[in-house]
Amino acid sequence: MTELKDGCVQPARGPILPSEDVGKPIASEEVSKVLARVGGEAPDFEATAFVQGVGFKPIKLSDYKGKWIVLCFYPGDFTFV
Amino acid sequence: MGVEVLSMSTDSRFVHKIWQEQELSKMVEGGIPFPMLSDAGGKIGAVYGVYDEAAGVDIRGRFIIDPDFIIRAMEVLTPEVGRNPDELLRQIKAFQHVRDTGEVTPSGWQPGQVTLKPGPNLVGKVWEVWKP
Repeated sequence: MTELKDGCVQPARGPILPSEDVGKPIASEEVSKVLARVGGEAPDFEATAFVQGVGFKPIKLSDYKGKWIVLCFYPGDFTFV
Repeated sequence: MGVEVLSMSTDSRFVHKIWQEQELSKMVEGGIPFPMLSDAGGKIGAVYGVYDEAAGVDIRGRFIIDPDFIIRAMEVLTPEVGRNPDELLRQIKAFQHVRDTGEVTPSGWQPGQVTLKPGPNLVGKVWEVWKP
């Protein structure tokens, strides 16, 4: 995983659908469908991340294939709960 | 336990960095050690069923994914109630035990407690081996 050359706006690929042509960005209407379900394969994605001690870098969920993963969504930084 | 943690919100990576520096590092010694991911636009949250379009944020969704990349558990809460890490750890230990042994874990199972071995001999006899 290479470190990002950082600009202000640098979109990551976001969701990576099984049918996706490599490198092709996805229109938002195509990804509105919920694909995550228990017992099913985890939908892959790529997102930019901040990593303590490393800095900014792109991370793909499938980079962690072969390990146990806990993926946690939350509403926002600097909120209360 | 050998588990990789990833957190994700619609905040940018820049906000994640400053949140870590200004607040989280004062709550957790050394700061949050796992990657903090940015779901700009909520597209990833939408695929995982946790994106609240009206609020424009990802609500509290938590997914346990096994080494075969299969989602084993999910928990989704509206934002005002926080999670219970003890229950998350219990579920991970249970799923790891099941994966390692092929046994199954009854309700409220904790490591070290009785597990069940499914099969014809256990039908109708669970009451004999499992006494909650």
